[in-house]
Amino acid sequence: MKVHQFDAVIVGAGGAGLMAALYASREIKTAVISKLYPTRSHTGAAQGGIGAALGNHEEDHWEWHAFDTVKGSDYLADQDAVDLFCQEAIEAVIELEHMGLPFDRTPEGKISQRPFGGHTNNETGRPVRRACHAADRTGHMILQTLYQQCIKNNVNFFDEFHVVDLIMNDGRPAGVVAVEIGTGEVHVFHAKAILFATGGWGKVWQITSNAHTLTGDGNAILFRRGIPLEDMEFFQFHPTGIYRLGILITEGVRGEGGVLLNDKGERFMERYAPSIKDLASRDVVSRAIYLEIKEGRGINGKGYVHLDIRPETVNKYFAEEGSDRRIDREYVESKLPDILDFCRTYIGIDPVEEPMPVQPTAHYGMGGIPTNIHGEVVIDENNTVLPGLYAAGECACVSVHGANRLGTNSLTDLIVFGRRGGQAMVEYCKQADFVPLPENPAGEVEAELERLRNASGKTRVADLRAEMQEVMSDYVGVFRLEEGMAKAVEEIRELKERYATDLHVDDRGNVFNYDLLEAWELGALLDIAEVTAVSALARKESRGAHSRDDYPKRDDVNWLKHTLAYQKPDGGIELKYKPVVITKYQPKERVY
Amino acid sequence: MEITLRIRRYNPEVDEKPYWAEYTLENVERTDRVLDLLHRVKWEIDGTLSFRRSCAHGVCGSDAMRINGMNLLACKALVKDFVKGAKGRIQVEPILGLPVIKDLIVDMDTFFEHYRTVMPYFINDEEPPERERLQSPEERAIFDESTKCILCAACTTSCPSFWANETYLGPAAIVQAHRFIFDSRDQAASERLAILSEENGVWRCRTIYNCTMACPREIPITQLIAEVKKEIGRR
Repeated sequence: MKVHQFDAVIVGAGGAGLMAALYASREIKTAVISKLYPTRSHTGAAQGGIGAALGNHEEDHWEWHAFDTVKGSDYLADQDAVDLFCQEAIEAVIELEHMGLPFDRTPEGKISQRPFGGHTNNETGRPVRRACHAADRTGHMILQTLYQQCIKNNVNFFDEFHVVDLIMNDGRPAGVVAVEIGTGEVHVFHAKAILFATGGWGKVWQITSNAHTLTGDGNAILFRRGIPLEDMEFFQFHPTGIYRLGILITEGVRGEGGVLLNDKGERFMERYAPSIKDLASRDVVSRAIYLEIKEGRGINGKGYVHLDIRPETVNKYFAEEGSDRRIDREYVESKLPDILDFCRTYIGIDPVEEPMPVQPTAHYGMGGIPTNIHGEVVIDENNTVLPGLYAAGECACVSVHGANRLGTNSLTDLIVFGRRGGQAMVEYCKQADFVPLPENPAGEVEAELERLRNASGKTRVADLRAEMQEVMSDYVGVFRLEEGMAKAVEEIRELKERYATDLHVDDRGNVFNYDLLEAWELGALLDIAEVTAVSALARKESRGAHSRDDYPKRDDVNWLKHTLAYQKPDGGIELKYKPVVITKYQPKERVY
Repeated sequence: MEITLRIRRYNPEVDEKPYWAEYTLENVERTDRVLDLLHRVKWEIDGTLSFRRSCAHGVCGSDAMRINGMNLLACKALVKDFVKGAKGRIQVEPILGLPVIKDLIVDMDTFFEHYRTVMPYFINDEEPPERERLQSPEERAIFDESTKCILCAACTTSCPSFWANETYLGPAAIVQAHRFIFDSRDQAASERLAILSEENGVWRCRTIYNCTMACPREIPITQLIAEVKKEIGRR
């Protein structure tokens, strides 16, 4: 076992982790630990844009962005955090440009912006151009730019080190344990401040836009160490994943004029969201697609609808709406090259010739590790800070996304709160001492890894994972019911039992033992699946991404509150709740 | 379909040298990715099979490998690209020119060292304006292709010049340099061009075009290298 010491350790090297690293490493000794090479992080898969009210094309204000975000969240976002988020979004995007990020440009040379779901001119209710973009690979550009700047600033990277535990001593965080994937060696990182930026957990579900590696590691690690998880019942299903594959088709397609059509060729969003139609927020559009499919209007009666970006279709609707905007094939090629490539490669469809078959795909966790606006982890209903522990990005819950995130706000989140987390760690490390390492700091997790390495039961990791994904997709997906969710809780508990007693791992070695690490990741997924199902079962209302047939209305009297799920010492889950911060936007009915 | 995967295997903890292993999979769909087949082997037959992967749709760059003799991302290579009938064989081995660690996993250190050599980051020491620096769409278009690179190493490990001499910086590093050299906002083009005109820089490129063929992002790499060569000449 090797022991390292740094002032700050950052776990995860996507947008939030790298942004935090840039700020922290300027002043304190910082290490970034990632189970992937940083440029493999899933920030790189984000497509459509980063939201900020630059107003480069038309009038826009951060206050409009804030209202849209609160409305999009179905009033579950904390409004003080949202205000600050939307103000700082502007300087965050400018900062990225100053770091060299190659945004698309307006004819005047400014950052180009496009419309996106739920982003509106608050006076007219019409879509506003707020998504700052670089073709349809904005996340790729952000990830590359931040990594480049980290190289420039000599940030210490531990690439392909898989963090598997948080070291606590007497209730205080003291460091993390990581497995060096290439050798199997266990390393202890002793640190004053630890920031988790481990991303999402879409692999809980069958059809997802998420990478194989998005297994909620950070959330599970902290949950097991007594830190609660907030609002885990809110998981976003993006309306447009490629049918059966789940690969994301950016909302930018609809931002550029693309429309959703059912089997009858109807632009069905006109019925569900008369004013902004296809650019309603994601929960609304995903539910609409499900209802169309359920009522037999999926294409050929199957489980998908069409997303049409063919210029003739788009121009027809532009004309109908009285817009003089027109697009052509070259425009689509230049604004959505990766989308065209995905469709041509994976389904043999050329979107400028044929519509794309799409279905909702598990995409983004609004909930996560509870933090305040400084990225500090807070552990109870009173927002008590656990000194030295931080989280940022998708794994965290500030909460600026509430019950449903608006498109483009995830990238903004990474930059705004990654930076804040980095800055907060600097301040903290200047005055804090190291919490001493406990005796045998890696002992517990080493024992679990050895159990997994030698697991010789009958259940293969992939089979157990597939069963979990099926249960969660059937019962804790876009639409939910009491009975189904109760069944999901029960079945996930049975799967956890089999995980503990009957698992099988083939690879007993040390070098690049991904068989072992996938087994460990499955443990994280199972914990998260259980928390999600238990939190969802308890919430007897419909709000944002949590949509129940048996409680179809939002219930602000009883449920305008955040869920906090704790692991009890006996392994069960205890739910507590904390109030939502409401400042100037009183909850009202959400109409698009 | 029935597909037999022929995979170059090597486990440093067990094997003295690499060997070929074959796995036959049934019920393969024509549109399955080679990555899906590798997963089926790992998940259904032999969990020790090791390879890197993450996003599974060609944007993270983890799973470059040599499939039927061509450098491809396993997640962008579809069965129908290799097999037309009801039965067939697909051969998978690690990319060439970098040391094999285990099965399809190679040591990427040299690759990333070369990447770091070309100063792959934006440099402009002037006080930035309050808002964004301006750049026209035309200026932005000049380096658009090189911004697409995902550092998968498919190009560099397809290059005979790199195979012959691993100190050659290789196409990926040159593409990264190109991205900044031709960015109107950047100020360090001459430093990068100086690095690239050294012994292990662009002049080792023999215009073989393997890199262009290999790039899963369809970057015209050979052309970008030529632009860098021309720029060195111009200055």
